[in-house]
Amino acid sequence: MLLLILKRIGLGLITLFIVSLITFVGVEVLPGDACTTYLEREAYGAALDACIKRLGLDVPAYERYLDWASNVIRGDFGYSLSGEMPINEVLGPRVKNSLVLASVSILIGIPLAIVLGIITALWRDKLPDIMISTITIFSMTIPEFISATLLILIVAIWLGWLPGIVIIPSDATFYELLSNIILPVVAISMIMTAHMARMVRSSVIQVMASDYVQMAILKGVPYWKMVFRHVLPNALLPAINVVALTIAWLLGGVVVTEVVFNYPGLGRLVIESISNRDLPVVQALAIILASIYVGINLIADLMTLMLNPRLKSLQIRK
Amino acid sequence: MSEIIESVKNLSIGFNSQKGKQISILRNVSTNIKKGETVGIVGESGSGKSTLALAMMGYIKQGLFPLKGECLFKSEDLLKMSSRQLEKIRGRKIAMIPQNAGQALTPNLKIGYQIDEALRLHTDLNKTERDKKISELLNKVRLPSPETMAFRYPHELSGGQQQRVAVAMALAGKPDLLLLDEPTTGLDVTTQAHVLELLRFIAKDTGTSMIYVSHDLGAIAQVSDRIVVMYAGEIVLEGPARKILKEPIHPYTYGLLKSIPKLSLAGLPASMPGSQPQPGSINEGCSFYDRCNLATDHCKKNSPDLEHIKELDTNVRCFNHKELINQNNNLQTSITKKSNNSEAIEVLKLKDVSISYAKQKFFDQLLNKISDQNPTVKDINIDIKKGETIALVGESGSGKSTILKSIAGLLKTKDGQIKFENDRILSSDLKMRNPNDLRAIQLIFQNPDESLNPNHTVEQILSQPLKLYFNLSGEELKKNIIDLLKKVRLGEFYMSRYPRQLSGGEKQRVAVARAFAAKPDIILCDEVTSALDVSVQAAVLNLLQQLKEDLGTTYVFVSHDLAVVRAISDRVAVLYQGRLCEIGPSQNVYKFPSHPYTEVLLGAVLEPDPDIKPKLVAEDIVEEKPPEKGCSFQGRCPRKIGDICNLEVPPWQIGENGNAIRCHINIDELASLQQ
Repeated sequence: MLLLILKRIGLGLITLFIVSLITFVGVEVLPGDACTTYLEREAYGAALDACIKRLGLDVPAYERYLDWASNVIRGDFGYSLSGEMPINEVLGPRVKNSLVLASVSILIGIPLAIVLGIITALWRDKLPDIMISTITIFSMTIPEFISATLLILIVAIWLGWLPGIVIIPSDATFYELLSNIILPVVAISMIMTAHMARMVRSSVIQVMASDYVQMAILKGVPYWKMVFRHVLPNALLPAINVVALTIAWLLGGVVVTEVVFNYPGLGRLVIESISNRDLPVVQALAIILASIYVGINLIADLMTLMLNPRLKSLQIRK
Repeated sequence: MSEIIESVKNLSIGFNSQKGKQISILRNVSTNIKKGETVGIVGESGSGKSTLALAMMGYIKQGLFPLKGECLFKSEDLLKMSSRQLEKIRGRKIAMIPQNAGQALTPNLKIGYQIDEALRLHTDLNKTERDKKISELLNKVRLPSPETMAFRYPHELSGGQQQRVAVAMALAGKPDLLLLDEPTTGLDVTTQAHVLELLRFIAKDTGTSMIYVSHDLGAIAQVSDRIVVMYAGEIVLEGPARKILKEPIHPYTYGLLKSIPKLSLAGLPASMPGSQPQPGSINEGCSFYDRCNLATDHCKKNSPDLEHIKELDTNVRCFNHKELINQNNNLQTSITKKSNNSEAIEVLKLKDVSISYAKQKFFDQLLNKISDQNPTVKDINIDIKKGETIALVGESGSGKSTILKSIAGLLKTKDGQIKFENDRILSSDLKMRNPNDLRAIQLIFQNPDESLNPNHTVEQILSQPLKLYFNLSGEELKKNIIDLLKKVRLGEFYMSRYPRQLSGGEKQRVAVARAFAAKPDIILCDEVTSALDVSVQAAVLNLLQQLKEDLGTTYVFVSHDLAVVRAISDRVAVLYQGRLCEIGPSQNVYKFPSHPYTEVLLGAVLEPDPDIKPKLVAEDIVEEKPPEKGCSFQGRCPRKIGDICNLEVPPWQIGENGNAIRCHINIDELASLQQ
């Protein structure tokens, strides 16, 4: 078991290494370098030389990669070009903001999705299922930029209940944030919950049709007891990986929603730094987002392994 | 007369078809279960036997509903009860033992918990008493080390052990009636015999009534006091087990019994024409009319009622049953095969073949190191003669299908050679074989549902090999397809059908036709009749034999069913854990002396005769891996003689009747031991 965890962590590290190589090489092969893209029309003569010198672009690429990579391992992403401040300082509040948005959405969305999924499955083809399923399919199919815009139009402009866009400094406190993030959370949860509820529904339906559920009924197990002991543990197991992907997607910044609501999270930073051609920040973001995906999937895999007796003993036997 | 526990009265169950018509799959079924009695319900797939059994627990599958009639358990109608009331009866009064315990045990709950659940629901015992009861129950079903067994998960047990757990769970509530739905189907022969033995013991020990549902007359014969034969949703024959099996007075039961291959008989079983009618397709007359050789015009127009015959204590649904009484002495006959005049040309030779499933590690591959010293299949030497049918026999895990796959080129061999025609070495890699060799060896799979593309018509399915190997097209292609269909006794109109529009037997015929389309020299048959009903199985076996006699094809026939192998094969190779135990002409392998494993297998075969009891000589342990040293059968051998069996691979000995046996015991001694 321990060996397996180590193996998985090793694989994750290799993935990160490859991602870092790809982003580094990608930035290298683009025409121009950080200085020419940043300085634009002033990229000539002394200014360019100074910039190249300052960023150390005069040394060979592999040396720069090693230098950059070893700094990253120490947690130092170097300097942003546009703000001329340490990238860590740029990232810090953004990561926090994204974390707040993601965790609130997760805390509301996932339990809701599971409950809705179970209800629709147990009352399959009956009124509750038809109603909830219609709504979930509806909210799944509307793209988030439309639902977000509609939310702003209705709640913020017509009703005037909540602010339409988030106007807070990027280092706002948690409480300041909270009142501002209601609309983004709703917009995100709509899609996320719908997807997951559908997943849970089909998984529960599949388990309900299994031999062991029929056996439990014929054994005289009361209905709700059967649902909780025999159905749900087996039905929710495959949902863990989907939940993990959703969380990773959320933490990685919900680009469109953040842009529509002007929310200062990681997703918007991605857009900003790309349009500012702030290549060091783009590089840093690529690594961070990749680590989030790798990390969360690793946790999900380990959780499935722990919870599924079949996989657990399989691993032990090996 | 003893007390009646459950009584089914005029029960009909059906569903609404898409056209809004009511279609019944159970029609007017009435029967009584007495206290302490074991009733066998037998029928082919689609006869409604499982629907009837589940209805006897008040359970109706989704999509079905009762049309009329009642299921009275102690004079209360189960079909009218609320789910609250049913919960009190299920598990406590009537308990179920499911077909596939591996799937019927909840995978995330430990064995002990699942039994405990039944105890908590249906008894008033406290925690310590329940724990004691759990190990008592596990002990009763003869599971090894009941103390630790309770803490294991279902998937950690073998198929036979899972089935025993299901039995323990059913016994937990001390039910008055046990319902067994094909409880041994899917288990290995030796395991099946052991589980049946256990069930018989429990029936005697606890006095519980049992309803035993199965398609297998062999298993039914071993346990039942009374037998109910179902056909197309109706009871066609009902009576004391011995009478039904020895003197069946319904033509369907008669035909069914004749179509079962028997160990004691060489030659092929007689087949019944046709197949069971689909639900809703019978409008008037007897449902067996199409397949019956006693049918008259009267049967076409009028459907017979269940008639009670006093002197036989039997109910029968047939107008002409009296005519059968005189025919019954014919039950023990079979169709004799034309023996092939052994031309002694060897078409296929397996020489020292070993196959390993262990993946070679990357570095071992680089260093060309052989990592697996104990491969799944080892030292297989078989020479196959032209025109013979050689059978590979063994339980699951014996490596029989593995060998077949590597002959077909689907699995690489680790060692050894496969030689084809004039000692030409055939690569075990499919990609390295030339098209003509690929054509020459064809495969028929176990399950035609999976081996036929559901989106292709029969014409498309059959045209593929013809186009690929012979470049046929247009009229010529069509002519060939019709010829092929004719060979497998299917009409021209089948060309436009899709596999889902065919019955199981018809599908397997199409699969046979596809294999023959390539005009192969060798056909590999992988459990080709295991998924079929008995009457259909007999027809497919006869078809294969006929085609072989006409075309001189060679068959390599893999099966777990010794009786089927007895019927079809010329030579038999018995395998255990991927090692050969015995090989010889089939009429001799079925006689003694034989390898102890063959003896075990033969002893466990269930015959549809209540007077032939299986002999249980070995434990039904499941071995995960072949032993690294010595004889492959050392772990289970009832005749093990000592350390030599553990350390040395036994030598081949050839008996006077021509079968070669791999055993340390002297062959003459074996003969006297087995007398």
